[in-house]
Parts: sequence; structure tokens; C-alpha cells
Amino acid sequence: MPAAEIRVAINSDQDIVGARQSGRALAAELGFSSADATLIATAISELARNIVSYARKGEIRLEKIENSGHSGIIVIAADEGPGIPDVRQALRDGFSTSGSLGLGLPGVRRLMDEFEINSRPGRGTTVTVKKWRH
Amino acid sequence: MAKPASIKEVPRADRAAELAQSEATSELLRELVAHLRQNRTQLREEWVQRISETRLLTAMTKEEIFAEATSVYDSYVEALETETFEALQAYAQNLSERIIPRGVETHEVVGIVLLLRDVLARSLFAKYQADFHKLNRILDAYEPAANRIANTVAVGFVQERERTIRQQQEAIRELSTPVLQVRERLLILPIIGVIDPQRARQLTEQLLRGIRTNRAKVVVIDITGVAAMDVTVANHLVQTVEASRLLGATVIVTGLSPEIAQTLVTIGVDLGKMNTVGDLQGGIEQAERLLGYKVSPSPEPQ
Amino acid sequence: MEVPVLKQGKVLIATIQAALSDADLENLRRGLVQQVVRFRSLGVIVDVTSMDVMDSFASRTLRDIAHMIRLRGAETVIVGIQPEVALAMVQLGLTLESVSTALDLEEGLAYLNAKFKSVN
Repeated sequence: MPAAEIRVAINSDQDIVGARQSGRALAAELGFSSADATLIATAISELARNIVSYARKGEIRLEKIENSGHSGIIVIAADEGPGIPDVRQALRDGFSTSGSLGLGLPGVRRLMDEFEINSRPGRGTTVTVKKWRH
Repeated sequence: MAKPASIKEVPRADRAAELAQSEATSELLRELVAHLRQNRTQLREEWVQRISETRLLTAMTKEEIFAEATSVYDSYVEALETETFEALQAYAQNLSERIIPRGVETHEVVGIVLLLRDVLARSLFAKYQADFHKLNRILDAYEPAANRIANTVAVGFVQERERTIRQQQEAIRELSTPVLQVRERLLILPIIGVIDPQRARQLTEQLLRGIRTNRAKVVVIDITGVAAMDVTVANHLVQTVEASRLLGATVIVTGLSPEIAQTLVTIGVDLGKMNTVGDLQGGIEQAERLLGYKVSPSPEPQ
Repeated sequence: MEVPVLKQGKVLIATIQAALSDADLENLRRGLVQQVVRFRSLGVIVDVTSMDVMDSFASRTLRDIAHMIRLRGAETVIVGIQPEVALAMVQLGLTLESVSTALDLEEGLAYLNAKFKSVN
């Protein structure tokens, strides 16, 4: 039975691997296909990397979610770093396939089903993403 | 003790009235059911006659219609008698499973049930025409039950039909993304019809697996049979091309219509960089050239 | 964790395991460049079959490796990207443009050999 909530502290790049492995394991437990588990692990890797690159430290929280009979996974990447000055700009680049520079947030959004970001300069950033089992 | 007529003890009187009412209804329904059973042969015959007059159930033979009519009639009367509808529901589903593959449509099923309702109602008119008051009461008992029956059968049919359609869609999705190995190292993926994002994803996964299994170096994706493509699916196509390249395969897209080309340009695809050829035949020829079939064989490895 | 690098004639073959840290990837980059110079290699194959996730950092590093090795006159081929990883990469927008890719080690070697022949 999956744990209620899994928290992975992100303090250095070495924690990135741990976070995505935890994500993959949880996804497998929840019955996601291998392909979807890879998408989830990749998204976690990117979010954790953002924390390391821009905020130095933060945490990744993983949990099972349910909605009218469907189960899924929620990933919350939170830090108390400098925050993103222009969130809209960071989310631009709708469908471009240029190599991922900067935050890679549009890419993370493509990988997951739901995406939400909360960021205030000086207050840190929280990115919440969800993926549902088909 | 008699109460003054002006004071009505409403609750008790009402309850009694209700009870009397429902007993009366049941009594009437029993009478109705008896009538329907007695005249079963004749009424069923009349119904079948009406069905063929209105040209319903053309997908079925006369014998089949008669057999089903018998079952429906009996289930109908039983539902009226027991005032329960589970058996009817089960029968409706069973019937639907059998006739849907034959091509029977919703309006036909609703049509024949309403015809039966009609035939039975008219026989009631005929029987009770002398006693208008009684006829009224019988119809009061008959109508709600008859409506419920029509509803149960129609809904049962529609649900079964929807289930069948979903199954067919799934099957079509599976079938219509065949990845064909035509020559060694060459895969062809003809895409036909409507692509929704789910199918597009399934398609990409199948293709990538195919590239690995067949060790394909060139893939020809033919979209001649695709009418239109929205931006989401166009992106899937681009991603498929890029993902294939990561597996070492070159993709040639054939059958690009001007509309789809426009969609691709809109999402920022540089068509100059995408390998496109007019038609499938041309695409295969180019693929063969890339693989060194038409030209002299590639140099032997060391 | 060090990445094993084999020499096969004029080709170096580096096999990456899963769960490589950033530092390991940096070391790989430096090490490969050094060895290309030392052995006058003509080609480098980086086998990522065991990588179950390729994120933007890994992708950038592989591009850097290919770039620096090209500056030393050698060709890099990335092989063994898994279908699921490829799918995740393209959705993330990581296309490894300008880097050669092949299905696996065998294909990678065939590609390099064909290239050497055409040069000589």
C-alpha cells in the first residue's frame, strides 16, 4: 500500500536522482504504465533540478490522488528561493521544440495532465503537477 | 361514531383513499393482464402486422420478428403484471445484444415498442368502449406502466448500443495503426481516418517499439488518409518524427495535404527540415534510396 | 561512479549506467575529451541504454560532449535511447539536434565505419 505522502528533501543535485526514483516507484505502485512512469520521473527530475539550480534547496512531495474513480499522482515541488519574476514569460514557448534552456516549465506541463505554479519574487516557488491513470 | 360532515379528518381519510386507490389500480391491472393474455395471439399478430406496415426491423426476417415479438409481448405483459422491471431490463439488454450486430437502430426499437403500446391501448378502447368511466380508470392504470416499459426497453437498447460503439472504436484504434515491415530496415505506417490525441499517442508508442524490434532505419509515415489534423495532433506527429530520430531512424512523411502543411507551419514546424514526399510510392522509393537499395551497395564494414 | 570507457580501434565506447550524478557526467565529459586526444580516436559512442530518464541536464551534457569531441576532430554517436525515454524527451523539447543517434551499439559502429570510409 503506498505511503500517504512521500517527501524528498532537495539540497543538491544528488537528491534529484532519489526524487525521480521515488516518483517512478510510486507511479508503478499506483498502476501507471511504464511509459507514463517515465514521463512522471522525467517531470520530477526537471522540477528538482530547477530547485537545485535556482533555489539551492527545497522539497518534492509525492502523493496518490483520487477523483471520481480515477487514481493519479500529485507532485509538489516547493522551494523558498528567489521566485520567478515573470511567470508568464517562463511559461511561454507553447509548442516549440527548442532545446530546453531556462526552467523547462512548458516541457513539464506537456509531460503531465495538470499544471499549476505559484511564485512570488522573494517568496519562493511552488509547482504542482498531476497525472491521471487512463 | 359519525363525524360531522364539515370536519374532515384528512390524514386518515387520505390514507384510506390512497390504499383503496392502489388496490383498485392493481385490480384493474390484473384485469388488463388477463385481457392481454386471453387475446395474446390476436394482439401479437396485429402488432407484427403493424411492424411490417411501418417497415421497421427490415434487417430481420419475418420468422425472426415473430419470435422476438412473442418474447417482447410476454415480457411486456409480465412487467405489467408484476409491476417490476428487472426482468424486462435484462431481456431488453439481451435483445439488444442480439439485434445490434444485425444493424437494428434505436428508432426501430423505440418504434416497435410504441406500436405495441398502441395496439394494446386500442384493444382496451375496443373492449371497454361501452363503459367510458371504466375505460378511463383502466387507462389510468395502464399508461404509467406502459410508459415505464417503453422507457426501460429504449434506454436498455441505447446503453447497449453505446457500449458496442465504444468497443468498436477501441478495436478500430488498435487495427488502424499497423506498423508494416515492408523491407528490411524499412517500416511503413499508414494512418487513416480521424486521429485523436489518445490514438496519436498509441500510434507513436507502437511505432517506436516497432523501430526497435525491426531495427528500422527508415520509417515512412503516410497521412494521405487523414482528413484534418488539429494543432495537438500535429504536435504529436512532429514528436513522433523527433522521437524516431532519437532511435536512429529517419522519418519520411508522405501524403501531406495543403491544409495539414498549413497546420504544421502554424505550430512553427520548418517544413524544409521535415522530410516530406508527395505520395506513399515516392516515399518508399526515397526510403529505398536512403537504405542503399537502388544505388550500389554500401561499403562493407571493416 | 566512473563510467567505463572501452577502446575498439579508433572508436571509444562509453557505457552510461542509470542514476548517474551530475558530477559523474561532468567527469565523463572531461575524460572522453582527454582520451580522444590521447588515442587520436575518430569516433565516440555513448551508450545510454541503461538511462531510464533523460532530463535537460543530461541532454545538455551529451550535446556538450558531442560538441567538444567534434572540436577534437572526432564524431560522437548516442545510442540506446529507449522508446519511453525518447517520448519523454521530445515532450520536454529535448531533441539532441546536431548530435548523431543510432539504435544501438551495433548500429552506432556501422554508422561510424561508413563515415570513416567515406572520409578516407
